[in-house]
Amino acid sequence: MAAVLRIEDVHKSFGGLRALWEVNLDVEEGRVHAIIGPNGAGKSTLLNCLIGRLTPDRGTVTFEGRPLIGRKPHEINQMGIARVFQTPEIFEELTLLENLMIPAMAKRDGAFRLNAWRRVTRRGELMEEAEHILEEVGLAEQRHRVSAALSRGDKRRLELAMCLIQHPKLLLLDEPTAGMSRADTNNTIDLLKRIGEKGITKVIIEHDMHVVFSLADTISVLARGTFIAHGKPDEIRNDPKVQEAYLGGVEA
Amino acid sequence: MFGKTARQDWIFLAIFAAFVLSMPVTLAPIGAGYPDLLQKFAIYGLFAIGFNILFGLTGYLSFGHAAFLGVGSYAAVWVFKLLTVNAVPAVIFAVLVAGLFAAAIGYVSLRRAGIYFSILTLAFAQMSYNLAYSVLTPLTNGETGLQVQLLAQGPVTDYINQDVRILDQWLGVKEVGVPSPSLFGIEMSGWPGFYFAAVMLIAGMFIAQRIFRSSFGMMLRAIKSNQTRLNYTGVNPRPYLLAAFVISGMYAGLAGALLAVIDPLAGAERMQWTASGEVVLMTILGGVGTLLGPFLGAALIKYAENIFSAINEKILHATFAWLPDGLQNAVVEIAGLFVGKGWHLTLGLLFMLIVIFLPGGLMEGFERLMRLFRRRGGAHAEREG
Ligand SMILES: Nc1ncnc2c1ncn2[C@@H]1O[C@H](COP(=O)(O)OP(=O)(O)OP(=O)(O)O)[C@@H](O)[C@H]1O
Ligand SMILES: [Mg+2]
Repeated sequence: MAAVLRIEDVHKSFGGLRALWEVNLDVEEGRVHAIIGPNGAGKSTLLNCLIGRLTPDRGTVTFEGRPLIGRKPHEINQMGIARVFQTPEIFEELTLLENLMIPAMAKRDGAFRLNAWRRVTRRGELMEEAEHILEEVGLAEQRHRVSAALSRGDKRRLELAMCLIQHPKLLLLDEPTAGMSRADTNNTIDLLKRIGEKGITKVIIEHDMHVVFSLADTISVLARGTFIAHGKPDEIRNDPKVQEAYLGGVEA
Repeated sequence: MFGKTARQDWIFLAIFAAFVLSMPVTLAPIGAGYPDLLQKFAIYGLFAIGFNILFGLTGYLSFGHAAFLGVGSYAAVWVFKLLTVNAVPAVIFAVLVAGLFAAAIGYVSLRRAGIYFSILTLAFAQMSYNLAYSVLTPLTNGETGLQVQLLAQGPVTDYINQDVRILDQWLGVKEVGVPSPSLFGIEMSGWPGFYFAAVMLIAGMFIAQRIFRSSFGMMLRAIKSNQTRLNYTGVNPRPYLLAAFVISGMYAGLAGALLAVIDPLAGAERMQWTASGEVVLMTILGGVGTLLGPFLGAALIKYAENIFSAINEKILHATFAWLPDGLQNAVVEIAGLFVGKGWHLTLGLLFMLIVIFLPGGLMEGFERLMRLFRRRGGAHAEREG
């Protein structure tokens, strides 16, 4: 299998703090690749380096063979990379449907298109798809509500839906189930499994080991800014180095 | 955004058009049924509607939009001087020039957001204002202002004081004295001037409505709501913002051109920061981000200005004549602060009251009233049932 996403020798410091150090990672096409590690290990920082929010001090990142570093966030998204943030980033003042229409239009129209005359209709392909995806994540009944009114878990699911409507090639998920009830977490696992069948490559950051072991094909362990282990779930579960650095007290 | 159907939008537009065109009659009882004031309602309404496309949808607060109003006026008067006194070319040219000017200022100002954006626009507008009085006097005629003049007899040495009106001359239009702007022969002052502005206002409202309901409009709202999310959703906000800025600048240019059509004199005071601030007040008073609000805000401010600035000490004394002498003088003294030249004090008070009690402006007030009525209606039905 080919690596769609290749991270080579990435370094990032904030002042004196080494957030990432000699980070190397290959993510294979169509796989679910989990990144785990203690708080402050640098997991979110790594994602930020992929999507153009941060520029690494050193190193290269390529997606389908094309370099990502130096590109603007919207360009990276247009290449087929979507991200769910650790704290949900949604359009709080807009309704759920509108929240979904915007990424759908961005996918259809590209980074900019001056379409100031045609009405956004209730019927139409994009709207149908938006309704369908809301159905799929279980938010259809709230479609006309303003998204600020949603619970934290629902906001997360909305953000996930906003990424899914773009049919990304690579989906980056930063703790997609944090703040969700057990039942909602299981629903999200099912949803992510289902969209996995469509061949979307996923990188998932998660503290919840139940989620990690249900979904991941491969796991990488990040500790203090660098990867200390890569492997299949079973290998990681039994790796003494990992247990020492991270799994210590957590039942897996 | 999907709350309104196309049908509801057409109904809204029809009612709006009917109201605007009938203002000479419907607003007569409140003393507003004369052309000078109603022209202002229409022109400043347009200015505010355009301003709201930027401020209401994207949340970017420009403090320099009067610059585009001024540029529109100058551009229109130049067309009157050089080409023709017909209003149509002047309006078109003014809108284009204001749009170009807005593109330049917007391109630089939109590199920053929030308060820094506001300050940049303010700085540019003040620069324009000062330039109009200094370096650019060959274009603006400085403090005297730019006016329509008599046709040049013989070779032109001074385009400020000698007009050519190439197009009119070529068409063989006879001029007696200094001509006034017209629309294919109809002179654009008084009522015809109002109806011309009113038609522009209705067209402006129609375009604003299209923008509000379009995917462009939706992107502008998304910018206001969460620019970070929009970036990572594959959208480049900058060209959307620039487009909104230019469109609102063109509305301002149109308003400026109409001011010149009705009274062909352009002066730099139209570009002053107080004029930029006024359109902000109008928009907030009426209701930011609503279609109708900015027009209502503009009309309210122009109406209040008309009333309060006309009151003088004599009128006050007459009003309070029933009070004992000493008290009467004191009351007149205090009330005098709020009228005439001091009417801005009244405006400030009005603004404070609205922002504190009705942060959504007049439109929020109407909505609350509607809800109240509906609840009353509901209670009635229950009691009866
Ligand atoms: N913009 C920033 N400026 C300065 N320091 C930062 C910045 N972003 C992250 N850091 C620091 O870098 C380190 C790694 O942070 P990061 O958010 O990547 O951790 P994480 O693995 O995602 O943790 P968590 O599991 O808590 O989300 C932390 O010490 C954090 O304080
Ligand atoms: Mg994190």
